[in-house]
Amino acid sequence: MENNAEDVENSMEQQQANTAPEPGQQPQEPPATRARSRGGSGAGAADGGGGDGGGGNGTGPEQNGQPPTARPARVVDAEEEEDEEMTLKYGAKHVIMLFVPVTLCMVVVVATIKSVSFYTRNDGQRLIYTPFPEETDTVAQRAVNSILNATIMITVIIVMTLVLVLLYKYRCYKVIQGWLFLSSLLLLFFFSFIYLKEVFKTYNVAMDCITLAIVVWNFGVVGMICIHWKGPLRLQQAYLIMISALMALVFIKYLPEWTAWLILAVISVYDLLAVLCPKGPLRILVETAQERNEPIFPALIYSSTMVWLVNMADTDRPKRNSAEAGSVQQPTQESAVESPAPSSPSQDDGGFTSSWVSQQQHRLGPLQSTEETRREIQQMPSARPPVEDDDEERGVKLGLGDFIFYSMLVGKASATASGDWNTTLACFVAILIGLCLTLLLLAIFRKALPALPISIFFGLVFYFATDNLVRPFMDQLALHQFYI
Amino acid sequence: MTAAVFFGCTFIAFGPAISLFLFTIAREPLRVIFLIAGAFFWLVSLLLASLVWFISVQISNKESTSQQKGLLIFGVVLSVLLQETFRFAYYKLLKKANEGLLALSQEETMPISIQQLAYVSGLGFGFMSGAFSVVNILADSVGPGTVGIHGDSQHYFLSSAFMTMAIILLHMFWGVIFFDGCEKQRWFVVAAVVVSHLVVSCLTFQNPQYVSSLVPTYIIMLSMGIWAFYTAGGSLRNLKLCLTCKDKDFLLANHRPR
Repeated sequence: MENNAEDVENSMEQQQANTAPEPGQQPQEPPATRARSRGGSGAGAADGGGGDGGGGNGTGPEQNGQPPTARPARVVDAEEEEDEEMTLKYGAKHVIMLFVPVTLCMVVVVATIKSVSFYTRNDGQRLIYTPFPEETDTVAQRAVNSILNATIMITVIIVMTLVLVLLYKYRCYKVIQGWLFLSSLLLLFFFSFIYLKEVFKTYNVAMDCITLAIVVWNFGVVGMICIHWKGPLRLQQAYLIMISALMALVFIKYLPEWTAWLILAVISVYDLLAVLCPKGPLRILVETAQERNEPIFPALIYSSTMVWLVNMADTDRPKRNSAEAGSVQQPTQESAVESPAPSSPSQDDGGFTSSWVSQQQHRLGPLQSTEETRREIQQMPSARPPVEDDDEERGVKLGLGDFIFYSMLVGKASATASGDWNTTLACFVAILIGLCLTLLLLAIFRKALPALPISIFFGLVFYFATDNLVRPFMDQLALHQFYI
Repeated sequence: MTAAVFFGCTFIAFGPAISLFLFTIAREPLRVIFLIAGAFFWLVSLLLASLVWFISVQISNKESTSQQKGLLIFGVVLSVLLQETFRFAYYKLLKKANEGLLALSQEETMPISIQQLAYVSGLGFGFMSGAFSVVNILADSVGPGTVGIHGDSQHYFLSSAFMTMAIILLHMFWGVIFFDGCEKQRWFVVAAVVVSHLVVSCLTFQNPQYVSSLVPTYIIMLSMGIWAFYTAGGSLRNLKLCLTCKDKDFLLANHRPR
């Protein structure tokens, strides 16, 4: 394993963490194999993915965005088989490392939706990105409005992604960092304050301003420190899960129903295109980062082991992504790799899939957090100590965008489905299986793959099928107490 | 109603299954993955059965309750058959995957054996089946209400919980027996599993009379359990050694290096 770990490191540097199972025996192996795309994180993640690659943004071992191209072809044949074997063992472990946080995020979102009615109440407010109302007189009008809303949203996401890519290309790292910093600030203070307020209202808890101010202040500051600088791993993971859940809740509240489903579908398609097409923004981002031989911004990515080794707070590239090439130590960065670009978890947008970005936009409203912000945040000195100490356990990384969209799907299912828990359970299992398949594909193809499409597709299919077909059947069975 | 009933029924229904999960599956990532995949397969089988039932209801006479009940019974039987078909399909998929992995890896043994897969997949089917049967009922039991106020049975929740527990354990036993039957090409074993599943489901048709449905179900569950135990390699001797903590293999296998 030691070897593997090292290998992983090497490989990780450049590429996207793919799950590349190949642990390669040689520590010196060029990252070539690593290319296992981010998606693969699951499988190979272990070795290669370690740290960075890990599930990164969603798709695979995320290496943030570093396409394998940079790597010199290595003698991988011999190792491939071993890798395969290792892949299976490590792959499974990394899949579970992703299952647990995804499950936790979904549980938080579903628990909130079921208990706090604020997030399911229609206050008549909408985000500026979805200006068309859905309370129209005819079904046709509603359909048209939701299509328009989804179009606007996806356009915003695409624009943000492109802006991010441009900013990255022209080395405006400071802008990106500032953006990410501001966006996480808003998220950690403002949105969590609103959340707390609603929870108190629901449970009729009287809380004075001073205590509340102290609590929110501490929560926010510790969160900023953990995310952008250093902090205990578990705390950091917990904060990432919390902010993903908060974002998903905001989306659930402010996106009207048909718009939300359409956006989910469109985002998956966009993710697929952005990651796999040669001219896709995420791909460009990754390639640019590779050319410059620097790690892609470690966007907000959930990492199961050392969190990003983002140390760049200062903008120097070298510090940036740990995973990046060069720095052996930073395996984790990888996930971020790909560009914070919103979508494609696979590409390691560090989870910042486009959808994420778009979300960010929504959420932050005027704050343009998008990619830049993400980047920035990533770049913020994550304070994780260099990975050196972390060899044996290369975790997997998953972009936060993936978390957000998965949770949004499950949350919407539990909020609006009349089948209640059956639908929620079905969507949950479907998303987990989609994630598993994505990681498996990643291990097989060893190149960056988007993490959203399969899971969201399964999730949507199971949502509509369970709500319309299974629910009446199960209701009748429960009525007569028949068991199947 | 409320919390006492909710917690009681939840633990009755899911207690054994969750303990099995925690003690034998939770630590092994591969098993967890195959468990969730098993749950997924069960879900797909349910989806197909519901689709067929839904279509048949749409084209039928919605006013006639006897016809609706007949269609429901048809739906139940179809669902059972589809579940077993998907169990077989899952078996085939696992065999292929096993072979593929074995071919790829240099090692001689697979990281997970077919017997473990049988157990895990059976439990996956059981979890999903139990969850779909009972979770909505449990959610309703948290709130206020009176059970059976219109003259129905007052033991609705309790009987549902017991039935669910039986179904979950039965799925697990069926999984073990089924896979073993497929491995050894003993098709009568497979047929026995299908038939016993049908019998258990049909027993629930008499349901407000819980004695006549629950008791035979538990008898079938116990006999399936014993059959699965012997199929998986257990024997009285093993059992005795295990219970008196003299089973050296077991102790060695579970010895954790310091």
